[in-house]
Amino acid sequence: MEFQAVVMAAGGGSRMMDLTSSIPKPLLPVGNKPLIWYPLNLLERIGFEEVIVVTTKEVQKLLNLDTKMKLDIVCIPDDADMGTADSIRHIHQKIKTDVLVLSCDLITDVALHEVVDLFRAHDATLSMLMKKAHEPTEMVPGQKGKKKPVEQRDFIGVDDTGKRLLFMANEADLDEELVIKRSLLQKHPRMHIRTGLADAHLYCLKKYVVDFLAENRSLTSIRSELIPYLVRKQFSSPASLRQRQDNKEQDQKKDQKSLDIFSYVKGDSLLEFAPDKSCWNSHSADLNEAFHGGKVRCYVHIMKEGLCYRVNTLGLYIEANRQVPKLLPALVCPEEPLVHVFAQVTDRGLVGSDSIIGSSTQVGEKTSIKHSIIGSMCTIKDRVKITNCIIMNSVTIEEGCSLQSCLICHNAVIEKGADLRDCLIGSSQRLEPKSKHVNEVIVGSEQLMEI
Amino acid sequence: QGPLLQQPNPPACSELGTGAQLPCGEVRRPSPSGALAIGSATVTCRAPLVGGLGRAVPPMPAPVPSEGLAGSEKLAGGKSKAELRAERRAKQEADRALKQTKKVESTPAAALAKPRLQPSEPQSMVKRVPEHVQVDDPAAQKRLAKKLERQQVPLRPDYGAKVNLFSHLHQYSRKMPLTQQMSIPSTAIHPAVVRLGLQYSQGLLNGSNARCLALLQVFRQVIRDYSTPPNEELSRDLVARLKPYISFLNQCRPLSASMGNAIKYLKKEISGLSSTLREEEAKGKLQGSIDGYVREKIQLAAEAISKYAFEKISDGDVILVYGCSSLVSRTLCDAHANGRAFRVIVVDSRPRLEGRDTLRRLVRKGIRCTYVMITAISYMLPEVSKVLLGAHALLANGSVMSRVGTSQIALVSKAYNVPVLVCCETYKFCERVQTDSFVSNELDDPDDLILPGKGGAHLRGWKENSSLRLLNLVYDVTPPELVDLVITDLGMIPCTSVPVVLRVKNVEQ
Repeated sequence: MEFQAVVMAAGGGSRMMDLTSSIPKPLLPVGNKPLIWYPLNLLERIGFEEVIVVTTKEVQKLLNLDTKMKLDIVCIPDDADMGTADSIRHIHQKIKTDVLVLSCDLITDVALHEVVDLFRAHDATLSMLMKKAHEPTEMVPGQKGKKKPVEQRDFIGVDDTGKRLLFMANEADLDEELVIKRSLLQKHPRMHIRTGLADAHLYCLKKYVVDFLAENRSLTSIRSELIPYLVRKQFSSPASLRQRQDNKEQDQKKDQKSLDIFSYVKGDSLLEFAPDKSCWNSHSADLNEAFHGGKVRCYVHIMKEGLCYRVNTLGLYIEANRQVPKLLPALVCPEEPLVHVFAQVTDRGLVGSDSIIGSSTQVGEKTSIKHSIIGSMCTIKDRVKITNCIIMNSVTIEEGCSLQSCLICHNAVIEKGADLRDCLIGSSQRLEPKSKHVNEVIVGSEQLMEI
Repeated sequence: QGPLLQQPNPPACSELGTGAQLPCGEVRRPSPSGALAIGSATVTCRAPLVGGLGRAVPPMPAPVPSEGLAGSEKLAGGKSKAELRAERRAKQEADRALKQTKKVESTPAAALAKPRLQPSEPQSMVKRVPEHVQVDDPAAQKRLAKKLERQQVPLRPDYGAKVNLFSHLHQYSRKMPLTQQMSIPSTAIHPAVVRLGLQYSQGLLNGSNARCLALLQVFRQVIRDYSTPPNEELSRDLVARLKPYISFLNQCRPLSASMGNAIKYLKKEISGLSSTLREEEAKGKLQGSIDGYVREKIQLAAEAISKYAFEKISDGDVILVYGCSSLVSRTLCDAHANGRAFRVIVVDSRPRLEGRDTLRRLVRKGIRCTYVMITAISYMLPEVSKVLLGAHALLANGSVMSRVGTSQIALVSKAYNVPVLVCCETYKFCERVQTDSFVSNELDDPDDLILPGKGGAHLRGWKENSSLRLLNLVYDVTPPELVDLVITDLGMIPCTSVPVVLRVKNVEQ
């Protein structure tokens, strides 16, 4: 078997607590499908038959997907604060080959063979996917004014071909200067440093990296710790060489096994097998052999066009919901219509062509629905105007309401004549009749306790 | 029109036109409706039968009837369809009777233990024109597509407009790899084979020896991971298992002559396995024979060639080499290590610029090198004492098939009276005959010719321009008159002795 797929669905969604306090992030509906459906659908389309899903018990209970793949759901305890690398360590017994690690919040239509081909052809240690990020343009409910980029920037250095990943650093880890090692510049004199790239959290990792993670307990997160470690290690010499020059006393102090990745690297690469026979080189500038004799190699595929979203903030969630109706016909069997067969819509003509309506939803007369996504089992009475909204399951909207650019969570009830604009209504909330809200977040009091 | 046949003595099988004479002496005339369906380029000639219309029983089973012969033709001499059919039936009966007698005579046990003997008469074998030089023939391509579908190997689409002279060859783009159409955890094809195919198609693994070595490594791994399904015999099933892999690799990049010979050897070894061996023993034996092949035919051969060539290199020599040949580089490094004083002129050419790799290897060993482009050879040749070239394959008429540009160097060297030496292991000797570089060649990705950066501005829109075609040839054929000596592991032979070596090899096998 060539690859095993692992989907990480245990994360909390800490940047959109308004939503995730009531619904776990993997189950957030996007286009009326749970968020975790999208990476699973991607894996199914490209031909995987088995997937390991790492998640919490809560999600496992509510998870109900119809997929042809065999899902091996591994639960990690709720209270243990496990990072993604910890989760890999937890399941490392199951992993027998190279892994493809995905995050549950990835929505993309990338041709995955581009990432995997880099991994195969260059016999790489790591291969990942990135896309040029763009600011979400939608108004986010509850947000006052223009959002300042709070996140720290990532500096990504690639070589001339744009495929080899040479350098990765986050602004948060740097003091005032960007430090580039001399060994890196000697081997790759031309490097392009880019900011503004969004990481898709899709990684192809070799099996020996998983073995290394199993032994080395100091790494907790794949993205923030393991990947920068591997990228750095491309240009440092194997520890065995350095240890010979090390102090003898230091060696005696560390009596544990060397926790360096190099001791795990298995070199049976065809490219290294007969290096003096092949007339190919990864670089042309100097006299060294291909790859400069480096054992660890990291590659990145930077998408130029297409969709690639990581739904981890409210703005991106709303943006994803906007884009998904265009994407769904390509992803799913095209027979599934946007308006579900079991939905009872009285005035079909008033429903826009890119709106999605879930099953068992009743829509009353003279109700116009434009550019919206409505979940299943909703009841929408007459003369309601819904524009640009995201409405989850089992919501009741009484007559005469007008909703614009709102996000309404499960089981909410909007009484007659309400006028809402740019609002976020938490789950199971009840709004009084004729209430008017602009740009507000209305959630329950117990949710307000979460910080 | 049909391509040239590649046989040592092409039989007198002229174009089937009106009243043409077939070797078997029949005269065919096209039917009045003009339905002479000999459009297929696969003209397979029958063995020259004895006599005119006499149906002498050939020693081989009945040869495959030529394609395209419409059954509705009326033959000369007033023979109708029914009579022809009756004659054919009679011939088949005679064949069957002969087979029966043969079966009764031979013992059943011997039939199992004996490996299949190749027919000793080369004339009765029907040679097919290979598919990869028939790209412009839709029937051949349909057959290929069906075969690939059966083997679950995706078909790689051709790319870009081709130069007319080479429209019978495949031209692929590196940006459209075969893996686009395959599932990601590849199940139909072994992952190591997929990886190898990718490395071939993206140009990461170049060079005849390197490709062959990598292929044998991968097959070794495939054999290691193989397990015989129940009710199957390893010797038959493993060959059947390898066929899709070979098709896949062929789709990624056409097989080289060295790879072809290695595959033939491996298939013979597998078929020759005794059925009494257990699976582990059989696998071990196969892996051992692969190791033996690598050691003898590649590594030891390289040592032998290096030793022979050492005698030819004298102190104070100026040696010209072209491109990147692992054998030539090794020879020069060994000669230098053994104390010969010489200097090297490395000639390079676009778009591959492989000479840089030779330069790297030689300079690291301390050899004095000069680096020029192929356009400068007539300026450099007056000071060169000998030219050392590598080869992709040596053909049966003594021609050398090598990287494009080699024949040019041989030609100009001849004009300057500089001796041309070719180094080639015997496992690259091929039974094909070619006198030109057109019939069987390889077309590389034409986008490679576009210079990166500002230089490529003119060529970048080449696909939109209907009168512009880009040609990126990979190989060319040097005629034997231009080559003075071939250094092989069997010794130093003139070009014309190559058929002798091939004959000796065949007898051995």
